[in-house]
Amino acid sequence: MTTDAHHRLLGELIGADLARHVSTFGAMPGQPKVRRGHAGALVAEVERSGLAGRGGGWFPTGRKMSAVVAAAHSARKEPVVVVNAMEGEPAAAKDAVLVHRNPHLVLDGAVLAAQAIGASVVTVAAHRGGRSLGTLERAIAQRGGTDPVELRLVDGPDRYVASEESALAHLVGDGIALPVTTPPRVFQSGVRRRPTLLSNAETFAHLGLIARRGADWFRSVGDPTVPGTTLVTVGGAVASPGVLEVPTGTTVRQILGLAGGTTGSVNAAVTGGYGGAWVSAGEVVDLPWTPKGLAPAGGLPGAGVLVVLPEDSCGLVETARVVRWMAGQSAGQCGPCRFGLAAISADLDLLAAGKLKGSALDGLRMRLGIVPGRGACRHPDGAVRFAATALEVFGDEVQRHLSGHCSANRRQFVLPVPAGKATLPVARPGEEWR
Amino acid sequence: MSGHVVTVDRIACDGFGTCAQLLPERIILDEWGYPIIDPTPAKGTELQHAKRAVNACPRLALKLVKAPHEAPARAVARR
Repeated sequence: MTTDAHHRLLGELIGADLARHVSTFGAMPGQPKVRRGHAGALVAEVERSGLAGRGGGWFPTGRKMSAVVAAAHSARKEPVVVVNAMEGEPAAAKDAVLVHRNPHLVLDGAVLAAQAIGASVVTVAAHRGGRSLGTLERAIAQRGGTDPVELRLVDGPDRYVASEESALAHLVGDGIALPVTTPPRVFQSGVRRRPTLLSNAETFAHLGLIARRGADWFRSVGDPTVPGTTLVTVGGAVASPGVLEVPTGTTVRQILGLAGGTTGSVNAAVTGGYGGAWVSAGEVVDLPWTPKGLAPAGGLPGAGVLVVLPEDSCGLVETARVVRWMAGQSAGQCGPCRFGLAAISADLDLLAAGKLKGSALDGLRMRLGIVPGRGACRHPDGAVRFAATALEVFGDEVQRHLSGHCSANRRQFVLPVPAGKATLPVARPGEEWR
Repeated sequence: MSGHVVTVDRIACDGFGTCAQLLPERIILDEWGYPIIDPTPAKGTELQHAKRAVNACPRLALKLVKAPHEAPARAVARR
């Protein structure tokens, strides 16, 4: 199977080389200036393309752009654009690979989107100390301020919730990478209360191509519900782990094949990321990689993460490690997330160690039931989904652990969990007065 | 008059628990002391009690918002 035709974003390693970028993709198309509160023609083209956000939500990008324009119109404020290149998911590498290979395509998309919604500033956010930051800095410098809008770069702290959309808007506007209470949503009132178009780096890269080649070209590959190609970071028990570009709707089996095939038997996989879901390998393997397609197995493409668990690993041990990390990544602003995730993590640690009593399992299930939907952001929802799907997918293993046994014999961990002690931010905002 | 739903600003809430004392028919506390709120609209006498609970919140975290529809709707922000 040849995949070159589907390599729209990762076809060539161009790097921070503007001349090479222009000779490969052509110059960035010009756009007439739009009046404040009005949408440029590109917004309709993006809507027609069916482009859906690749940061995890898969929300229609064109509709989001229209919502920002409408909010800007009614608030009489100039909107802003924020590019999320933070890549908070530890198991994901797609944004880093994309920025490494084609930083100018991401910047083009953001500049074009800004023009189309009447914004004059684009801020790109990348992780402090990450490789993307330097590449983006060089790429922005090469453009030498010739863009019709201003390009800025900010670095964000290495914290999972820092890439959550309200946290990122807060970081760009006020330098504080903590989620804020919604509504209002970011598209209505984000960076310094301006309507904000905040999307993932990959989404903007696709947009940069839609502006050049049109909606019909974009829709010519992929699943009609969410057309185009998409980046998937494949990890775990595959021969060649890494970032792939595939048409949406490609089956999990094909994706694993492109990653060199699985190494040995596998029984489960993580889809979407650590705010995503565990799925049974048998249930998911012939499903198409789209939000609707993976739903029957309880999976989701999310931020484009697929990690396959080898059969000799313990899914409960892996889950306990990840959830402990996710609990530590809570901003600690909302009680149910701060205390709920910590309690769930403690239960899972006991379960993984074979020390949880059967009666305590009901307590864990109750906690998994009451925490979701009770944070300002979706961080607790994602962590709980990860934990809850583990209990379903590894149901037999749960029973074994309750009787003090574990069927795994592998000593090496599979899921990447960042090192370093996770701590809550120094003071919880609002608690300083005590 | 259509109903109002009780909501809480999760970041502002510090788990004082005043709301659950004043509005036990709609609010219970989880094991960490944070409110779990019945998302259906409050009307009549219950609405009066809800207003009292909102005004009594020491963190000003509790709010009454007009229910968009009669059907219970829980606002869930997308990531």
